[in-house]
Amino acid sequence: MERISISQALIKALEFEGVDVMFGHPGGAILPAYDPLYDSNIRHILARHEQGAGHMAEGYAQATGRVGVCMATSGPGATNLITSLANAYMDSIPIVAITGQVPTTAIGNDAFQEAHTWGITMPTTKHNYLVTNAAEIPDVVHEAFHLASTGRPGPVLIDLPKDILNTEVVWHDPTGVVDLPGYKPTTQGHPLQVKTAIELIQQSERPVLYAGGGIIASGAHAELLKFAELANLPVVTTLMARGAFPDTHPLHLGMPGMHGFYSAITAMQKSDLLIAIGARFDDRVTGDPSHFATGAKVIHVDIDPAEIGKIRKADVPIVGDARTVLGQLLARLTKVLGSDDPPARSGWMETVSGWKSAHPISSYEQEPGGLLKPQYVIEELFKTTGGDAIVVAGVGQHQMWAAQLWKYTKPRTWINSGGAGTMGFAVPAAIGAKMGMPDENVWAIDGDGCFQMTMQEMICAATEGIPVKVLIINNHNLGMVRQWQRLFYNERFSASELTDHTPDYVKLAEAMGCAGFRAETADEVAPVLEKANSINDRPVIVEARVDPDEMVFPMVPAGGSNDVVILSKEDLE
Amino acid sequence: MSNHHLITVLVEDKPGVLARVATMFARRGFNIHSLAVGPAEEPNLSRMTIVVEAPDVEQVTKQLQKLINTLKVVELSGTDAIEREVMLIRVNAEVEKRSSVLDAAAVFKAKPVDVGATTITFEVVGDPQKLADFLELMRPYGVVSLVKSGRIALAREPKARNLRAIG
Repeated sequence: MERISISQALIKALEFEGVDVMFGHPGGAILPAYDPLYDSNIRHILARHEQGAGHMAEGYAQATGRVGVCMATSGPGATNLITSLANAYMDSIPIVAITGQVPTTAIGNDAFQEAHTWGITMPTTKHNYLVTNAAEIPDVVHEAFHLASTGRPGPVLIDLPKDILNTEVVWHDPTGVVDLPGYKPTTQGHPLQVKTAIELIQQSERPVLYAGGGIIASGAHAELLKFAELANLPVVTTLMARGAFPDTHPLHLGMPGMHGFYSAITAMQKSDLLIAIGARFDDRVTGDPSHFATGAKVIHVDIDPAEIGKIRKADVPIVGDARTVLGQLLARLTKVLGSDDPPARSGWMETVSGWKSAHPISSYEQEPGGLLKPQYVIEELFKTTGGDAIVVAGVGQHQMWAAQLWKYTKPRTWINSGGAGTMGFAVPAAIGAKMGMPDENVWAIDGDGCFQMTMQEMICAATEGIPVKVLIINNHNLGMVRQWQRLFYNERFSASELTDHTPDYVKLAEAMGCAGFRAETADEVAPVLEKANSINDRPVIVEARVDPDEMVFPMVPAGGSNDVVILSKEDLE
Repeated sequence: MSNHHLITVLVEDKPGVLARVATMFARRGFNIHSLAVGPAEEPNLSRMTIVVEAPDVEQVTKQLQKLINTLKVVELSGTDAIEREVMLIRVNAEVEKRSSVLDAAAVFKAKPVDVGATTITFEVVGDPQKLADFLELMRPYGVVSLVKSGRIALAREPKARNLRAIG
């Protein structure tokens, strides 16, 4: 039988999993794996920094729902991946990371480019492997993809010592049966709990369906829509669930949380029943948990049992896959209702829609000759694209405005770093998203602070021919830091100011092989965006120079009660 | 002891499993009070007995269960469990006090396992309370050093409840 090297087996195993693209950066210890890649049909995207490779894999996974793959060398290559792994772990993104390691004979000797990758990544991965038995490789890769993509998705890392990579084995196809006695995710909800849940929902006078990222991860958006309509439930979509339920739907109350919609925050606060599905009562949603929705009973559906009861006690805990459980809830409710209508709850429905119309999100005014407002720029981008784009954000003010102002109607059209809050996420994640969805218009909405963290990946986009578009909301400040310093640190703007005209983003764009445009006034915005939308042969960078003093509202200060929502600057005076 | 919980964990006997458990405890802010690990009834399986300090033991067991190499987690606090610990304790026993030390130890069925010129080392097996009581008894003589194995425990079989004296 033909013997092949473990490196060849690794690439073969990736092909076997259906990998079409991977993102990485070579180096000494991983070189053996890069050699067979040269002959493979897998397209390799050469990131300019391993963190970028990791975020590209995440963007790819979030845009497509498939497992993203990244690869790096040992030592600094692996440590540079840590941020992306931590990000993927927080946001439950299925990625597989492959790292080179020094030869097994050198492990523990402080060899050149040695890092204890396996130990370092233990708390930032769903599971990880240090392969010391060469023959295992096809099965380890198969297991890694299985773990990454099933149950609660997450990052899985495979660390491969260089001598193992050079070992020869006889290839065998993975059997397809993964034998993990300690890993049996529960997907089906308990029927009795489903029954109780429907009883509570039918009795509830003030219910709110609290939809989280799990809806998108499990592909449950269609079931969510059906269920919310059949049960007549107002819906809020968290930062991770934007697009899981159409923003345009009359039952939708918007995004909850620190910078959420007044209607969403307040409806949850006043609710008598929260139906949380694939959501985890994150502190950015609940504020002070002891003051959060104190009058509400909780039905909590999650595939991860550890999320249920972690922050908030559940009256009806349901462990299961969001899509499967929503299917069960639908079936049960259909049976219970028969030919009856669901409870009308007209008082509650009028109250919540009253909040929605009384407190719309947008509270800025764009004066024709005045400073450019960041919100205006984002709304113009929405208009010029017709909303038909995948939006990828970094972290900070621009992220919140992009989450608030865009009208999301489809899942996987909003990609951001939610739990980890990783600045610099947007550019590489957009590149990954574009690789996964080449026919979509992919727009990164980024801040100038974020952009400067990972902007070198635009060189990768240009040279690899990945025509992503980046809108830099340039307020020449770390905007959210500045906002907090204004509100909570007596306007002492310590270390939050970025330089006003440096870099010149248009020149920078051109230097990196991208098209570059700038808008400084309101009337320049739409034409520049139209131009950007028409370019598809190279990446585009659009700089919008905006008012540095604009703040994100509504706002619930960190650790505060969701009863107190600051709606605008005027509320502070 | 109100925040102390006794947990047994059946895990795959693979390299690094202990590190995974310890890392998870550290990351989640759970404090390990005692930990004992050894092979279990089947090859390739280990059983850990962990005494943990945490306000919410349910989170501890769920996070343990979440580790890929974990097969089974049982919380034994408040249930009927057999608990044992071994202590080796070296106490001062000058010639004139030696018989007094040995008499006291005999009450606890503590076994002298090493005798030196001025000390005796005892092996004591029992539940944590017995070990604590024995330690108090020996303190007046002067405890030179001691070491404990960490607690091990198994749930009692329900049917054996009436035969408790055997255990």
